[in-house]
Amino acid sequence: MTDDITTMEAPALPYADAVPGAVVGADEFGIIVNRDKLVEFALYLRNNEGFDYLSSLTAVDYLGFEGRTAEDRFEVVYHLFDTKKGGDGVVLKVRLPEDDPQLPSLIMVYPGADLQEREVYDFYGIRFNGHPRLRRIFLWEGFDGHPMRKDWKEAYYEAEHKPFKSRWPNGHYHWAEDRVPWGDNVKYPQGWDPNAFEPAPPPLPTIHDIPGEEIKTDRVIVNMGPQHPSTHGVFRMIVALDGETVVGLEPECGYLHRNHEKIGERNTWLGNIPFTDRLDYLSSMSNNFGYVLAVEQLMGEKGKPPERAEYLRVIMAELTRIANHMWSIGFLLNDLGAFFTPALYTIQEREMILDLFEEASGSRMMCNYMRFGGVRRDVDEDWLNRCRDLVHNRIPAKIDELDEYLTNNEILLARTKGVGYLSAEDAIALSVCGPMLRASGVPYDLRRSRPYSIYDRFEFDVVTDDGCDVYARYRVRMEEMRQSVRILKQALDDIPEGPVFKGKPGYVTRVAKGEAYGAVEGPKGELGFYVVSDGTDNPWRYHIRAPSYINLNALAPMCIGYKVADSVVILGAIDIVLGETDR
Amino acid sequence: MFGIGILKGLGVTLKHTVSTYIDDFSRTPTRYADSYETAAGRILRQPTNITGIVTVQYPEERRELPENFRYIPMLLYEEETGEDRCTACGICSKVCPPQCIWIVRDKDEKGKPIKRPAEFYIDASICMSCGFCAEFCPFDAIKMNHDYELAVYDRFPGLIYDKDELSVPTSYYAALYPQAWKQEEEKRAKKAKKPRRPAKKGPSKPPAKKEPAPAAKAEPAAPAPATEAAPRPKPKGGHWSPIPEGYTGPLITSELPLPPVPAEGVSPSGVPWKRIMELREKQLLHYRERRKAEGKEIKL
Amino acid sequence: MANDQHIPEELQRNVFMTTVDFLYNWSRKNSMWPMLFGLACCAIEMICTAAGRYDLARFGMEVMRPSPRQCDLMIVSGTVTKKMAPTIVRLYNQMAEPRYVLSMGACATGGGPFKEGYNVVSGIDKYIPVDVYVPGCPPTPEALLYGILKLHEKVENQSVKTVPWYRKETPKGIAVPELGPDIFQPDRAEEIAMFTLRPIPAEES
Repeated sequence: MTDDITTMEAPALPYADAVPGAVVGADEFGIIVNRDKLVEFALYLRNNEGFDYLSSLTAVDYLGFEGRTAEDRFEVVYHLFDTKKGGDGVVLKVRLPEDDPQLPSLIMVYPGADLQEREVYDFYGIRFNGHPRLRRIFLWEGFDGHPMRKDWKEAYYEAEHKPFKSRWPNGHYHWAEDRVPWGDNVKYPQGWDPNAFEPAPPPLPTIHDIPGEEIKTDRVIVNMGPQHPSTHGVFRMIVALDGETVVGLEPECGYLHRNHEKIGERNTWLGNIPFTDRLDYLSSMSNNFGYVLAVEQLMGEKGKPPERAEYLRVIMAELTRIANHMWSIGFLLNDLGAFFTPALYTIQEREMILDLFEEASGSRMMCNYMRFGGVRRDVDEDWLNRCRDLVHNRIPAKIDELDEYLTNNEILLARTKGVGYLSAEDAIALSVCGPMLRASGVPYDLRRSRPYSIYDRFEFDVVTDDGCDVYARYRVRMEEMRQSVRILKQALDDIPEGPVFKGKPGYVTRVAKGEAYGAVEGPKGELGFYVVSDGTDNPWRYHIRAPSYINLNALAPMCIGYKVADSVVILGAIDIVLGETDR
Repeated sequence: MFGIGILKGLGVTLKHTVSTYIDDFSRTPTRYADSYETAAGRILRQPTNITGIVTVQYPEERRELPENFRYIPMLLYEEETGEDRCTACGICSKVCPPQCIWIVRDKDEKGKPIKRPAEFYIDASICMSCGFCAEFCPFDAIKMNHDYELAVYDRFPGLIYDKDELSVPTSYYAALYPQAWKQEEEKRAKKAKKPRRPAKKGPSKPPAKKEPAPAAKAEPAAPAPATEAAPRPKPKGGHWSPIPEGYTGPLITSELPLPPVPAEGVSPSGVPWKRIMELREKQLLHYRERRKAEGKEIKL
Repeated sequence: MANDQHIPEELQRNVFMTTVDFLYNWSRKNSMWPMLFGLACCAIEMICTAAGRYDLARFGMEVMRPSPRQCDLMIVSGTVTKKMAPTIVRLYNQMAEPRYVLSMGACATGGGPFKEGYNVVSGIDKYIPVDVYVPGCPPTPEALLYGILKLHEKVENQSVKTVPWYRKETPKGIAVPELGPDIFQPDRAEEIAMFTLRPIPAEES
């Protein structure tokens, strides 16, 4: 009888026959894969099923989670998608025991796993066998412990979850500085001798030989950043040069690693919304959008926002896209040496949009506007009219003006055409997303391939360009602003009357046990939020699939072979924001 | 022809230069078209009929802030009675994402908690201006202030706001938020019309005057300079300071209105309290010495 | 003060010195060059302050210099992480006197909303002396301008007789923190060793 049951259950496992022994189980959120067969199975999915895009790779620590033991404490989660067909992807899970957290690296199947695997190694200490550069990326070599593990406590640790009991009703609480010996946010392991301390050597880039391009000089290692005017924040890259040609490049992140994910696990569900503002601080509305979409999946029917709120979300997200692309084009020109004039013009338009945000949400940059099941507050007719005025008159005129004085500018063409080439295959393999991917000719836009919210109601084109270079990325951003204007015009015409929030606003969020991956097409690319809930008021896991970070996978491949001056422009065209890169 | 693109670009910048002057002179008074004078200076609105953007010449001119603008929270008290609206229910401190609000609930003579805060602190060096406290306060007692002129020379007395510094009269709120005030008053009026249960929370408690501060305040350690334009009293002294000028007392915080550190037990960071205090004292001495070596104490 | 001694007693309250002070401070405050240096979200507001709408050039500050050698003012605009702190201290050490530090926003002032994070420094004043703190998250451009005006006020009140950079002794730089198991200042190594190498007595724990 038991045999019968297993044979009856077995066909229920997806892809069970593809690679024998690979699929060991499935839950309602994904397929559980045997780690020894992971590479084979991923190859099968990529080659035979068309899941060519590794979107998100992360891990979860289930220490103390209901129903979990030390045998399956860690879980590495892969979100795979199909860039040609679109639609829902497939989720792979590999469960790992506490005492042996290692699995094969997927870097040969999906080169885009590179930075994400390093991130997981840094945070959880899970080893990816076969990864060529498995080093810490956000923290530094020698940091004590792996901070995202549930049993790792930070120096200012107060309690597992917010709200902390010490704040009320007897608000005499010990100042965080007073609770640690050093009066500062530090802790040192017992037995460590600071006098015998030797700092770890800086990382050196892998050198790639470029046939025919070598001029037989000494290789020079140049350090750029973290304080460099053209790295768009505190980003550091270590560049190996042969003459002036880049032969190796190593990105070094973590200079703005603000522990969003650890803090997010301590926070309440609601409390994370203002923190998402600070991820990609140029486009806070999009970040809000992604996070509330993910949590609303967990909330079920309760979380579905009313119509007007959906329209307002789309309006805000598209305005954000325009503001972000304006900023990014202005600063790309900055990197090209057109210091500040183009940026000044684009910042003007951004200010106009920020004024609208400020009126609707209360803050220029950190909007904190969306809530689970709606938005914070309604906008009045005057606001909509001013928005219409902006969308119909001012912004299109400004885009045309930008187009007029930049697009055919000979200097711009000379500096950007053919620079930073990234073919469509490479772009997909490296998990590149957003305007970068579309500038390589891949028409992959989440608003089309996996429509969320009400994007299926609007008419717009997915902008692509076959140039595959910096100029194409610039063109795509320019055109995307026009498409955003198009969406905005439709949304502003159709916006219905009605409530903007479902139910009564409250600070307690009731979510079901489970997990969700919510993603939006942010201005920088696919911004995903992977949340795991144990049914309580706080997320068990809160992971951000950060487009700026994952796009950096392509930085070294794009820069190698070009001049060092071009590397600045190539980085500028990726359009990273360090708050999101480092989180 | 090579160079056309560059010339076009230069043409655009030239057009911008010219149009600035056109906006400034020929279409006068475009710049001040929508602006108005107040005691604090001229308040500017961005005119819609120009192509550029108006420079706000702060501090003589200010941008008009929308009603919903949020910066640091403030606490409201009823102007007529001097009574705090806050009932020390603690919702704001619970929803605060970075947990920067802490409240001590007041007690009557018998030690029974009453609905009034004895102390109320907000650490402005942690506050992320998210506005959750104001959004979820059921008593409309905490609202977001519009005052952004808060820069100080000393962080510790200066940026920890206590109840006195946070308190503003309801009329101040009504002036800042005319629309929200109107709506809330209508709601209140409606509520007042409804028959209420006999145990009313308001009149049952003694009307607390605003002036006498409940707890003994820490002496202003460093005089934070006040400005006239500011609508609320400027931070005048907190309860913890690493090294107040001329301070020679004990260097640990136990003599300040914080709870004394327990003599035994382990702090949440896993280190015995006793050891923490030893090292804290050393660290503060070190800090004081370093500050001296810096020679940064500038007499004002 | 010790450094007052090289100016004769009768000259200390001289009208001449006051005029010199006035000119000295006036010229310094109206040509204060900030460092082109941004850390996080606040840097965006700093850039907006420098852009057309708020126009930092009205205060003689439009020349943002990427080299610390040419700057007078470091606007610490954003969260200071442990990984970044050594770089900031190094930049500060490289700045020539007179130098000022403006801590912009909650994060730079006291860690802000990220204070509890394991990689965040709770306030840049743990490492370098700060002249003006601007709270807010992020401070609006007006709030930053107000902070800058406060700094101007501070500069105006300085006197050429008492300013530290004309003292005879060479100023010591600040020891650059290092990244071990956690960030630490090398000059405090003894103190840390006392804690980490000596086991906690049983009765304490």
